[in-house]
Amino acid sequence: MSAWTRKDLLTIRELDRNEIELILQTGRTFKELLSRPGRKSNSLEGRTVVNLFVEPSTRTRTSFELAARRLGADVVSIDSESSSFRKGETLKDTGLVLQAMHADFVILRHSAAGAPGFLAERLKAHLVNAGDGAHEHPTQALLDVFTIQERLGEKRDWKDLHVVICGDILFSRVARSNVWALTKLGARVTLVGPTTLVPELFSELGVTVAHDFDSVLLDADVIMLLRIQHERQRRSFFPSVGEYVSLFGLNLDRFKRCKPGVLIMHPGPINRGVEIASELADCPNSTVLDQVQNGLAVRMAVLHLLGGRENPASP
Amino acid sequence: MTPLPPSLSFHDRSPSSVFIRGGRVIDPASGRDETADLLVIDGLISEQTGKPDSSIPVIDAKGLIVAPGLIDMHVHLREPGGSQKETIATGTRAAAAGGFTSVLAMPNTNPPADGPNTIALMRQRANETSCINVFTSGCITVGMKGEQLAPIGSLHKAGVVAITDDGHCVQNNEVMRRALDYARMFDLLTLDHCQDYNLSAGGVMHEGYWSTVLGLPGWPRIAEDMIVARDILLSELTGARIHVQHLSSADSVRLVREAKKRNVKISAEAMPHHLALTDASIEKYDTHFKMNPPLRERSDQEALLAGLADDTIEILASDHAPHASYEKEVEFADAPFGIVGLETELGIFIKLLIEARVLDWPQMLAKLTINPARLLRLDRGTLASGAPGDITLINPGLPWQVDATKFYSLSRNTPFDGWELPGRATHTIVAGRVVWNLEKGFAP
Repeated sequence: MSAWTRKDLLTIRELDRNEIELILQTGRTFKELLSRPGRKSNSLEGRTVVNLFVEPSTRTRTSFELAARRLGADVVSIDSESSSFRKGETLKDTGLVLQAMHADFVILRHSAAGAPGFLAERLKAHLVNAGDGAHEHPTQALLDVFTIQERLGEKRDWKDLHVVICGDILFSRVARSNVWALTKLGARVTLVGPTTLVPELFSELGVTVAHDFDSVLLDADVIMLLRIQHERQRRSFFPSVGEYVSLFGLNLDRFKRCKPGVLIMHPGPINRGVEIASELADCPNSTVLDQVQNGLAVRMAVLHLLGGRENPASP
Repeated sequence: MTPLPPSLSFHDRSPSSVFIRGGRVIDPASGRDETADLLVIDGLISEQTGKPDSSIPVIDAKGLIVAPGLIDMHVHLREPGGSQKETIATGTRAAAAGGFTSVLAMPNTNPPADGPNTIALMRQRANETSCINVFTSGCITVGMKGEQLAPIGSLHKAGVVAITDDGHCVQNNEVMRRALDYARMFDLLTLDHCQDYNLSAGGVMHEGYWSTVLGLPGWPRIAEDMIVARDILLSELTGARIHVQHLSSADSVRLVREAKKRNVKISAEAMPHHLALTDASIEKYDTHFKMNPPLRERSDQEALLAGLADDTIEILASDHAPHASYEKEVEFADAPFGIVGLETELGIFIKLLIEARVLDWPQMLAKLTINPARLLRLDRGTLASGAPGDITLINPGLPWQVDATKFYSLSRNTPFDGWELPGRATHTIVAGRVVWNLEKGFAP
């Protein structure tokens, strides 16, 4: 397996299969480390990690904060409410300031697609994309494939897996990153949702586009549900949440027709009773909490590979 | 910022005389294409041939094309109100260095040119600082808001040769109908930036594979096609002349072609960037590839080239849209639309149209000279005797590399930096006076 050579993690699209596997393997090492009480890594000791969240997020920011701390880094978090953004400082100037402060890592969440690449070009620091607009959310996809592999067993060949991603694909960075990760690993991917939110154009990404949830869920090994954004309704992407739920909500009736061991995934936060029936979110097939746990290990792996010490577990 | 050439305040455009010896004289207006001498006396093309008296300066044009002065009918000079991007002084120098003797300035200045006062100011500034002919256009609606007609009659009296809300598009079909009907009284051409705002809402790039991959909101072809179709219908209804600007979509080309077969009074224009580039260039979110309408796909490029070849599209222009580097150096979605074009367009047209054998020289030059002159009712664009002595000399075989740092424009926002181009203008002559030449620049 090749060694890691990239300065930044901006997209899954630019990674090859070996790089993805390397992150997953490193993630397993960290997960094992986390399971042993009292064990901590010093991979990032003395390094400064800046969490720059220009778009609000609780889950991802917390996960990155914890990951960086468990690696021994000093962590600073700056969010969208902070004064410089309010005063209209440009992203370029924010980047220059972080450079001058000798940040070693910048974790960026931004509403503008492409913002991480823009900043990465201007910074010596390692940049991790924590979600940019509707573009990519690479660590989410990595923790998702990590979770699938963990739950279905490493021996299961990706080629034999059918993953169905359902919902607001058009505006979803999670869907895009997952499409790249899953297809690079060799899985079969079907995107399903209303024609307005799952345009045929997506088939050019090497996946199947479908609009009938009932027919595609029958042979799904994994069903990944995306949060449906109520504001889309105003822009006439679908007539009502009620209609959406009737066509694309994962309810008990639909669940009964799925394969018995089907994994139900959701990046969160969940709209209970909308994209997923409340009971299903809590059932044994649900991976929602595994995803949160694995996010920590995978993010540690990413930070470590980008710029940590060679031996992650050394005292 | 590049210092302005020392000749900034030098704007001697008084008529002069020049003898251009032994070039390939191409005058698309008359079909002339021959090796000949050309004489300008006191600012006008002379019918006299043969050697003039020795006081008249001579240019040896052997190996050069002698064309009517090029006209770019789609240029943003940004004055008044945008001097961080461009001024009439710098923009017209960029034009001259690109081979253009005349430009049509768009009215989306600040304040917009929606009344005679702003037009008077622009014309005065042009008179003081421009080295070439600056023609003005006025807004269709007050403040380019698309609601209330601008004083089109007063704009006409103030000297505009066209009306347009360029950069904006009148969405209200009733307002557009009245504007076209009203402009007909003055035989003013209406230029339309074709964009349906609902269909393109939020769009920052072509809706297609790359917008899907990059997660950027799409600006689909249909948003242009819908307005082109509307404009065709309104032109048929009113009998007014309409010009659809910067076509980017294959279907728009088809709509214009079909309308012309029915003798609809419609004309169309194509820009170098839509011919040269596709949306794939945006892969790295480089804002130098962000313009409006957006870069589209190979099939659209081919349709535009076919439209140029069969004269569905009779105008070539730049949509020169300067922006300061700090304005462009932001997140892709937040960056302003537009790129500079005056100093690169001729070279790109030679590469994509002449070298690729889409058009021959007379066909291409028609789209840069007599065609815009006829649409705008200008008494130029030809080398006929008695016409203004506006002439561009072009070396068709002089390879050069684009270097944005050497632009005369105040702005550097070009996607063509570093491109190798096959030819360029060598002399720009306005009313018999060489205002720029490749060797000496603007030095007198």
